[in-house]
Amino acid sequence: MKLIFEKSHPGREGYSLPADGFEEIPLDRCIPEELRGKKRELVEVSEVEVVRHYTRLSKLNYGIEDGLYPLGSCTMKYNPKVGEYLAGLERFVHAHPFSPPELVQGTLELIYELGELLGRITGMEAYTLAPAAGAHGELAGVLIIRKYFEDRGEERTRMLVPDSAHGTNPASSAMAGYRVVELKSNDQGTIDLGELEKAMDSGTAGLMLTNPNTAGMFDPRIDRIAEIVHGRGGLLYYDGANLNATLGILRPGDCGFDVVHLNLHKTFGTPHGGGGPGAGPVGVKEFLRPYLPSPVVEFDGEKYRLRDPGEKSIGMIRSFVANFSVLVKAYAWILSLGPGGLREAAEAAVVNANYLLAKLKDYYRPSYGGFCAHECVLTGRDFKKHGIKTLDIAKRLMDYGYHPPTIYFPHFKPYAEETLMVEPPESEGREVIDDFIAAMIKIAAEAEKDPDLLLEAPGATPIRRTDDVLAVRRPVLHYDDELKLKEEG
Amino acid sequence: MSPEDLLFTREHEWIESGKSPARFGITDYAQGELTDVVYVELPEENAEVSRGDVVGTLESVKATSDFYAPADGKITAVNSELEDSPEKVNQDPYGEGWLYEIEIADPGQLAGLMDYPAYRKYLETGE
Repeated sequence: MKLIFEKSHPGREGYSLPADGFEEIPLDRCIPEELRGKKRELVEVSEVEVVRHYTRLSKLNYGIEDGLYPLGSCTMKYNPKVGEYLAGLERFVHAHPFSPPELVQGTLELIYELGELLGRITGMEAYTLAPAAGAHGELAGVLIIRKYFEDRGEERTRMLVPDSAHGTNPASSAMAGYRVVELKSNDQGTIDLGELEKAMDSGTAGLMLTNPNTAGMFDPRIDRIAEIVHGRGGLLYYDGANLNATLGILRPGDCGFDVVHLNLHKTFGTPHGGGGPGAGPVGVKEFLRPYLPSPVVEFDGEKYRLRDPGEKSIGMIRSFVANFSVLVKAYAWILSLGPGGLREAAEAAVVNANYLLAKLKDYYRPSYGGFCAHECVLTGRDFKKHGIKTLDIAKRLMDYGYHPPTIYFPHFKPYAEETLMVEPPESEGREVIDDFIAAMIKIAAEAEKDPDLLLEAPGATPIRRTDDVLAVRRPVLHYDDELKLKEEG
Repeated sequence: MSPEDLLFTREHEWIESGKSPARFGITDYAQGELTDVVYVELPEENAEVSRGDVVGTLESVKATSDFYAPADGKITAVNSELEDSPEKVNQDPYGEGWLYEIEIADPGQLAGLMDYPAYRKYLETGE
């Protein structure tokens, strides 16, 4: 299909604005030349062309509103529409970030109350809702840890990150100025206590841990892990990526974590990525409250106000207070479920994943036996002898109308080989999961009898296999790149 | 280079046997698992390294994978051709796809590595 740029015709317009009646001001008087970039050509198309172009594009897309989206580690759960309605309420939408606090008391109340709710859910004592996404929350959380040790005059330069961590953990630690030390997992895929004992010393700031981890395995020795880290003066950081497995069952604050970040777009039912901005609130124990980013929302029993937490604060980490519309959706999600509902959500996610694991484990042999948490790791290793890789299985799933699960992650031992990570969140019913299981079993049979079906997949999608190498080496990021690539043939 | 003249690590890397400086690279199995390599981060020449240090990174369309120093020593050369042609790691892992050369301080540190028959057995059985 043509790009919108290719549909442009000089002089065509979609919308004509009324004359404004203002005096014409030359551009030079507004923006000096050296600050102006290259002049960009704008697309000239009619309204109906725009509508058809984007309607067509939306039909080529696959999202959570089309069907199951079992992308392991990402928690692609359905986002209730009531959240969109509430976030769209006129008084929220028109609250300007510079409004005086007395005019936006309801907005500030929601931020404050959500912080309180998250505190009760996770067992933490103070929250900032400022971080704009999960990784941003990680960075803020690690900066809080750094500031705390600086303040105490302790020189700790290293941060421990297990090999099972999301890639954002080492990245956030490095960005905050730490040297990252990777901890090898044990043969169960969880923390090796001996390795931790060796690595955790007085020059180490702490440990970043996701529990359950990225393989969907809960680390049962979390009490001992906290003891070791705290025993050497370090802090324990909780990556909340997988909180959806323990919501209402176990609180990270009670496990000994000092800093947590949450992904509202995973656990708390707000949209991911293209569905809207994210939010990555950070919660801390009381002794870290002074280090929270500025500003914080305070309540004196009558009025809500914004306050700078003072000189120990890590400072502002973004413009304005928060991605507010995301907070509205998460707040609505929590209140609509209530304490019992939150727990049920976690239980349903864990039951879904274990049901799927039990039904598929004979076809896609997992790295080892036992139960999983909210997601399961299968492998395509038994199909290698037919010349089939996990990539081919994922591509074939697209022909059956599914978004493929996460593949080749996790890639730490003992999960290193041809992994396929499936997460069927709590918003999916049994029929949906049964249909997916049936498709996976069919594909397993095809891999043995007719491997070409997999090797040539997908056949039913708008484009087939992409040239991954070209995409990485020569990414086309704007239309000029596209033109250049075409000229070169 | 023939695999018979190489020693192998459990991380699917090879190093020339009985030489110093010795060339270092990844095995044919490793390149197949990584799939198309699109970027290679090489160590710095003359860098002093210790056994087990991460000295560089291979990035493929599928994964990012570190490679290590098999012994203490000094990096004497790196294969800078790979900066423009990382695909050589896939096309010729034992030849033009070599990664770096290292002057080995103590050849005794290579004693635990596998020869080619042992490596083939390791691939088959995982031991």
